[in-house]
Amino acid sequence: MDSNEATTSESVSKKKGKTKKVKRKVKHDEAPVQEMEQAEGEETEKKSESGPCFPPTFSVSEIKNKQRRHSMFLKLKEEKRKKKKKERKALGDKAPPKEVPKTIENQRIYDETTVNPEDEEVAFDEGTDEFSAYFNRLTNPKVLITTSDRPRGRTVRFCEQLATVIPHAHVYYRRGLALKRVIPQCVSRGFTYLMVINEDRKVPNGLVLCHLPDGPTAHFKVSNVRLRKEMKRRGKDPTEHVPEVILNNFTTRLGHSIGRMFAALFPHDPQFVGRQVATFHNQRDFIFFRFHRYIFKNEKKVGIQELGPRFTLKLRSLQKGTFDSKFGEYEWVHKVRSKSKISFTIYKNTFKYA
Amino acid sequence: MQHDDVIWDLIGNKSFCSYKVKTKTQQFCRNEYNITGLCNRSSCPLANSQYATVREEKGLCYLYMKVIERAAFPARMWEKVKLDRNYAKALEQIDENLIYWPRFIRHKCKQRLTKITQYLIRIRKLTLKRQRKLVPLSRKVERREKRREEKALIAAQLENAIEKELLDRLKQGTYGDIYNFPIHAFDKAMEKQEEETESEEEEEEDEEESGTREFVAEEEFEESDLSDFEDMNNLKGSSDEEEDAEEQSSEEEETEEELEEEKTKAKSKGKTPLKGPVRKKRAYVEIEYEQETEPAQKSKAT
Repeated sequence: MDSNEATTSESVSKKKGKTKKVKRKVKHDEAPVQEMEQAEGEETEKKSESGPCFPPTFSVSEIKNKQRRHSMFLKLKEEKRKKKKKERKALGDKAPPKEVPKTIENQRIYDETTVNPEDEEVAFDEGTDEFSAYFNRLTNPKVLITTSDRPRGRTVRFCEQLATVIPHAHVYYRRGLALKRVIPQCVSRGFTYLMVINEDRKVPNGLVLCHLPDGPTAHFKVSNVRLRKEMKRRGKDPTEHVPEVILNNFTTRLGHSIGRMFAALFPHDPQFVGRQVATFHNQRDFIFFRFHRYIFKNEKKVGIQELGPRFTLKLRSLQKGTFDSKFGEYEWVHKVRSKSKISFTIYKNTFKYA
Repeated sequence: MQHDDVIWDLIGNKSFCSYKVKTKTQQFCRNEYNITGLCNRSSCPLANSQYATVREEKGLCYLYMKVIERAAFPARMWEKVKLDRNYAKALEQIDENLIYWPRFIRHKCKQRLTKITQYLIRIRKLTLKRQRKLVPLSRKVERREKRREEKALIAAQLENAIEKELLDRLKQGTYGDIYNFPIHAFDKAMEKQEEETESEEEEEEDEEESGTREFVAEEEFEESDLSDFEDMNNLKGSSDEEEDAEEQSSEEEETEEELEEEKTKAKSKGKTPLKGPVRKKRAYVEIEYEQETEPAQKSKAT
C-alpha cells in the first residue's frame, strides 16, 4: 500500500514534470510502474540530449511561443542540412550534381533583338549610322557639359568631375538658354556631344546626351551619384591621360547603339600609361558607370582603385535627331509595366538590352 | 420698368444672392458679367438696368451691353460688340458705343480692357519662352526601381567584371609590350634604369612613355600611391621564371625598397586604398631581370 501511494505520488509529480516539458519531450503513455517511468525518464533524457525528436504527428508550427518555435525550426533546418551533406558525401561520385540557383540572368528568355557579332545587317547599319564618322576616325570627340537652369552646388561639382573624367570636355553655365538655340552654336564650334544634366531638388537626376551633328539623343535617369570626396578608399584625382573604356553587356540592338554612343564620348586611342579605365556596365537595364585606376600585379591579378565619380543610368528614351522633345521621332521610349505581378516572361520585354 | 432699387434692396443686403461670395472684409460677385468683381450697388449686373462689360474670348475682346427691354428674355439680353485688336481703336469703340452712359461704367470698361490686353500680351510672350514641363513621378514606381537598382548592382559584381575584362585585354595583347608578364618582371621603372640594350629601343614608344613615367611617377605617385602600389616593386608571379639579378640593380632596388618601406610605414595608418592582396607588407623582394643577352624574349606574342 505504501509503495502504491508512493508510486502514485511519484507518478503525479512526474506527470507534472512531463506536462511542463511536453513540448520538448516525447509524449508517451504514462506507465503506472515505477521502473518503467524511470526507464522512460532516462529515455527521454537521452532523446533530449541527442536532439529534439518528435512523433510523426508533431510539427514545429504547433508551438505557440515564437522564440521557441524559431529556435526549434532552426535546429530542424540544421539537422536537415547535415543529413543532406552526409548523404552527399556517402554517395561520393554518384551524387547528383549540385543544383544551380535560379537567378534573373539565368531565367531570361532569349531576346530576339540580341546582336550577333557577325550579323551583316547590323554591321551595315553601323557602317552608315551617325557614329560611323567617329568609328572611322574622322572626328575627335569634344563634349559640352551643361546643366538645367540654376544648378545647385552638387550638380555643379558633378559636372566639373565629369569634365575631368571625359577628355576634351568643357563645362558651361546654362544661363537660361534654350537648347534648340544652343545646338547650332555647338555644331558650329565643332562639338560632337552635348550633355545636359538635369537637376531636381538640388540633386542631379537626369542626363540628356545628344550626339551633335545630327545624332541621336538619349535621355537617361541618373541615380546614386557619388562625388569624389564621398568615395571610400579612393585614389588621387584622375590625370589628363585618355582612359580606356569598358562596355559590358550591351548585347541587344538597342543596347548596341547605346554602347556606341558611350564609346564615341572618348577619344580613340587610350593612353595605357595613364592606367585609367572608365566602365559602363549594363545589368538588368541599369547602366553603372565607374572610373578606376588599375595596376597589374602579375599576369593573373589586377588591382583596381576607384577614382572619379560614380553614378547609375537608366535609359528613358532614345530619339532620332538632335534634341526636340515635341516633334522628335522616338526610337524607343521606356514604358512602365502596368502589371505589378513579376513573372519571368515579362522580363523579356523589360530588359530591352541585355 | 425694372425696379433696380427694390432688386438691390433684396439681393444686396437683406436676402440671398447666389452670386455673392462673402469674406471677412469684402463681398465678391461671381456673376460672369460683373465688371469689377465686387458686390456693390453700382457693379451689380442684376440691380442695374444700364450695364456694360468687356469680356475676352479666345484672345478677342468683346463689349457686352445690357438691353433692358429684353429683360424677359435673359438669353438675348446681352448685346455683344466685337472690339478691335488694336488697343487704341478698341478704346475709341468703347467710347462710341457707350457714349451717353454713366461715367463709372465707361471708365470701368476701359480699365478692364486694359487689363485684358496686358495679360494677353504676357501669355503670348510666355509661350515663346521655354516652357518647363513637369512630369509626375509615381512613388511606387520609383520605389520599385530603386530596389531593382540595388539588386542589379549586387548581381553585377562590378569589380570582378572589370578585373576580368582587364585581364582578358592583357591576355589578348591590347596593351602591347608595356607589361611583360610571362617571362619578365613588371617593374619597368627599375629596368629602365639599368638596361641600355636595344630591347629598349625596340619598344621605344612605350619605353619613352614609361621612361618618362619613371620620373614623373615618383612625383605623381606621391606617398599614398606608393603605399597603394607597394607591391609594384616586389612582384613575384607564380608562373614567372626566375633569373639572376645583377648586383648593381639589386643594390639599387634595396635602397629604393628601403625608402619605400619607410614611406609606407610612415603612411601606414589606415591607408588601404587597394584591394586585399596589396595590403600585406612583404619582408623581401624578388625581382627578375632580363639579362642583356636575351633581347628576343621581350617580344610578346600577340
